[in-house]
Amino acid sequence: MAQSSKIQFGYVRHPDQDRPDGDAAHHAVVVVGAGPVGLSLAIDLAQRGQRVVLLDDADRIGEGSRAICFSKRSLEFWDRLGIGQRMVDKGVVWSVGKIFHGDKQLYQFNLLPEQGHKRPAFINLQQFHAEAYLVDRVETLPHIELRWRNKVTGLDPRNDYVVLTIETPDGPYRLRANYVVACDGARSSLRQMVGAEFTGQVFEDQFLIADVKMTAEFPTERWFWFDPPFHAGRSALLHRQPDDIWRIDLQLHPDADPVIERKPENVRPRIARMLGHDEFEFEWISLYKFQCRRMDKFIHGRVLFAGDAAHQVSPFGARGANSGLEDAENLAWKLDRVLRGTSPEALLETYHTERSAAADENIRESTRSTDFMAPVSNQEARLRTAVLSLAKETEFGRRMINGGRLSVPSIYDTPLSTADRDAWRGGPRPGTSMPDAPVAPRAGEPGFLTEAFIKAGTRFTLLEFSNGAAVDVPDEVAVIRVGPDGLSDPEGLATQRYDAEPGSAYLLRPDGYVAARFRHPTRAGLDAALARAGGFN
Amino acid sequence: MPLSTDSNFAKPDDAFRAVVEAHRGLSDGQSADLDAALVLILANHIGDIGVLREAIALARRRVVTSDQQQQQQQQ
Repeated sequence: MAQSSKIQFGYVRHPDQDRPDGDAAHHAVVVVGAGPVGLSLAIDLAQRGQRVVLLDDADRIGEGSRAICFSKRSLEFWDRLGIGQRMVDKGVVWSVGKIFHGDKQLYQFNLLPEQGHKRPAFINLQQFHAEAYLVDRVETLPHIELRWRNKVTGLDPRNDYVVLTIETPDGPYRLRANYVVACDGARSSLRQMVGAEFTGQVFEDQFLIADVKMTAEFPTERWFWFDPPFHAGRSALLHRQPDDIWRIDLQLHPDADPVIERKPENVRPRIARMLGHDEFEFEWISLYKFQCRRMDKFIHGRVLFAGDAAHQVSPFGARGANSGLEDAENLAWKLDRVLRGTSPEALLETYHTERSAAADENIRESTRSTDFMAPVSNQEARLRTAVLSLAKETEFGRRMINGGRLSVPSIYDTPLSTADRDAWRGGPRPGTSMPDAPVAPRAGEPGFLTEAFIKAGTRFTLLEFSNGAAVDVPDEVAVIRVGPDGLSDPEGLATQRYDAEPGSAYLLRPDGYVAARFRHPTRAGLDAALARAGGFN
Repeated sequence: MPLSTDSNFAKPDDAFRAVVEAHRGLSDGQSADLDAALVLILANHIGDIGVLREAIALARRRVVTSDQQQQQQQQ
């Protein structure tokens, strides 16, 4: 059983508030917004030794499930933050999705058909549970000061720091920060303060999202319907969460009146038609129109934007919270190095380069899904109908059905990568996140590469497939050795997934991305790749 | 491989006729449904996104959009 966590927090006055405006307290990093992204970023920075002030304008964890699907990549990140297991213990694990048209199943997919990974393709977990566990973790880290009911109302950028004006129940005070990271959500007030545009596509169709509590025997799978018998002409989604809660998502007409549709007495018959019974209670009801948009620049001087504050997608594909967490893991190590002076400020620029490209990809994918669900013209609807009907007879039709393409880790085309010089038939190319595989200190013991990476310190790490010869490794680089004189690869899966031969080596970044790979690493090659990955270019 | 616009059928009339006959007896709506399915089947058979994009560009040049109509009327 997971321990219960607080969701309501008290405001506590901080000595920083007693200082005069002209002599405001100075902090290295202030993170604004204690949602999953801000909390995870603060934890990662604190684990790297940075002191972080984390501000939130509320004094409680937000209600409603909101995000529910957390990806393998997010779980691996949370493993590094020391809370992955708690998330998985509470969450429900799933990897299979089914697509129905009418009352017939058209297509089934498995997001992680292979064994040998520590973490599953996805867990479903209510966002408030995830946030509560993250807050619990924050409270064990003295490097983080989490200040509730601290609302940023002013932002004054200077050349070498930013002045924040913060409203509290005791009145306003000021803070200076070398860097401010805005994780304050889709309606980010910091984004408005820097005057950044946030434009994109608004989808006309409305979606009704209800979390209902019921005992049901549906399997733990993602079920998606086009034109189901219980909701003719539109789409529907059913997905399990912990605690006998089920996420139901029903597409409504663009002209539906949100005030009327949101009323429980109007939602109830829709859900009852879907479930075939009335034995459920509402946990949460919400009505949405989706937007896909992003900021042009994720970096405005010393203010950096992450998560929904920087980019917004439709929810089909679980690309909102997961991409925000990818932002956090991408930013944490870079900010840490810049603050320490071990990398130039230019390294931060690659946060924008890598994550804005990822946002574009997420927006592209989720826009395609939403367009497929809600065709905007008669002919688009015809094409959709053609795909659904071809799917009954053809493989290509099944593969064209788009009921949401689920989040996978982004692949970065980035200046931090060193291009391959050797010949590779497979394995993760530079810019790709490290695939997991079972490896163990001794044969027969449990263990995974992702665990070895954490144990090595979550820093620049050389993953080396030993050929017996010692590699001359730069001081700051940790080593994971697989082979007779290192970790065993009992099923050969690490060797296979990394297309490894004796002597092959991968240089991993502190966020677990591949920076470079070599068939036979040399000290000069490693030094050059390390400098490049550290932003010295 | 670029889009082939050479004549590829030994008997082009057979090909044109086959498509025409597929539409015989159909309403406009049914014809549009047929075309939608046919386009997707042929696109998948071609299996080359570059060729598909060229074909779309070539086809679209036949279609006078409302913007272009307005421009023509203004001229």
